[in-house]
Amino acid sequence: MFFAATHTTAVAQAPATPQNGTPTTPPAVPTPAQPTVPPQISRPSVGLNTVVLDPAHGGVDLGARGTEGIRESEVVLQFAAQIKQALEAQGFQVILTRQGNDDPSYDDRSARVNGQRGAIFITLHIASTGLTGTARTYVMTDFAPASDAPGLIPWDRAQAPFLGLSHKLGDLVQVELARKFRGSPLGAETAPVRQLRTTAAPAIAVEISSVSVESRAELDRMIPGVAEAIARGVAAFRPSYVVPGLPGTNPITPGAQL
Amino acid sequence: MNSRWQFWVSAVLFVLVMGAALYFPSLRRQVYKAKDITQKTAEEARRELLPPAPINSGDPKVKAKMFWGSRDQDGTLVPVTVELPLSSDPVLRAKQILNTLLAGPVDPEARTLPPDAALLAFYILPDGTGIADFSEGLATGIPSGIQSEQLAVDSITRTLQANVPQVQQLKILIHGQEVDTLAGHLDLTQTFQVSMKEAANPPPRGVEVITAPIQKAIEKVTGAAKK
Repeated sequence: MFFAATHTTAVAQAPATPQNGTPTTPPAVPTPAQPTVPPQISRPSVGLNTVVLDPAHGGVDLGARGTEGIRESEVVLQFAAQIKQALEAQGFQVILTRQGNDDPSYDDRSARVNGQRGAIFITLHIASTGLTGTARTYVMTDFAPASDAPGLIPWDRAQAPFLGLSHKLGDLVQVELARKFRGSPLGAETAPVRQLRTTAAPAIAVEISSVSVESRAELDRMIPGVAEAIARGVAAFRPSYVVPGLPGTNPITPGAQL
Repeated sequence: MNSRWQFWVSAVLFVLVMGAALYFPSLRRQVYKAKDITQKTAEEARRELLPPAPINSGDPKVKAKMFWGSRDQDGTLVPVTVELPLSSDPVLRAKQILNTLLAGPVDPEARTLPPDAALLAFYILPDGTGIADFSEGLATGIPSGIQSEQLAVDSITRTLQANVPQVQQLKILIHGQEVDTLAGHLDLTQTFQVSMKEAANPPPRGVEVITAPIQKAIEKVTGAAKK
């Protein structure tokens, strides 16, 4: 059927249909076989230590294009560089999904975080629309985790077990962005963002408005504020996130009933 | 003898020159007209060829609620009530509703879908899944971004929810194919919830509901049906 595109490929396997480039093969990721006996208890846990930053688009995909030849794919690289510095100042290790003008597939970008322990994922975008000088954080829309692949998290629904943590991260980051940029929403919004769906970690999309500014300088002036807000939000999220010993397994939130 | 030939040759040349002088302006007009036709986008041409959702003037006029963008509140939708003769058949009704949504509001700034986009087909499966097949214009004409793509899909789902209760969820295809994203951000491999959308996204408080008929959109739809 043309609309039934459910892949049962686990995060451990290469995606069934990579967008472009070579499919990435992350390591095997077992999940608890017996849900009533959480094996995470016996495994060493690790806290949040890594942030995977994803400057969206790149290569032939320029993203949104605005006045003065502003290209989203170029501007997000500048934002990412400064956000990386701000996060490193908070003690996080930062991995960029791209540093030049290349265009990894959605699955390759997700694979950068799916194979990490104690990592979160932030994808950066510049919008075509919206009130200029504002920023919005998006979390994946709720969707049910697939139950047809016991022991493994299905690749195409990898975000499902992390939605609660993603909402928390999104709200903490958005509160900081709203403090810096007047007119921004006070909490994270939900949207079915493709990049977030295959990400097996707390994941958010941050979108800045917009490429329609009168001059590029207006966007450049936002960079330090966005970097500081994201770093503060991620630092505030750190105590909320404890992950089990193996990457790709279901998360543990402090205080949650196991 | 020579002078007679000269006379006839000159006469023929004169007639040819006069004929050309009269014909060339007309030829030039025809060339410009042909140029205009070829400049028409493929989407526009396809749209003209598509059989429009027939609107039967005998159908009772009902107040349809369309969700277009708000001018006052960034990134939000406002309901606009439009009087339309709508079919009782849910598939036909969905086509009529979506064509009106695509025709757009009077204010082009409130448009949520690109003007070049066209609805190619609409089906409803027994489980209540509506399948809307749009032309490539929907994907190529929409401003790139999470907010703008979300607004476009929300305007479709909320308009269907308000007018075609038989549609429970919606699958969007582009030219008959499932695609990864709408314009680089919004996931089109999943279905979108149509029912319960109203409860999840109530109209913003304090926003006035415009009930004036949108003559332009109605004429576009009903006019197309008459052709």
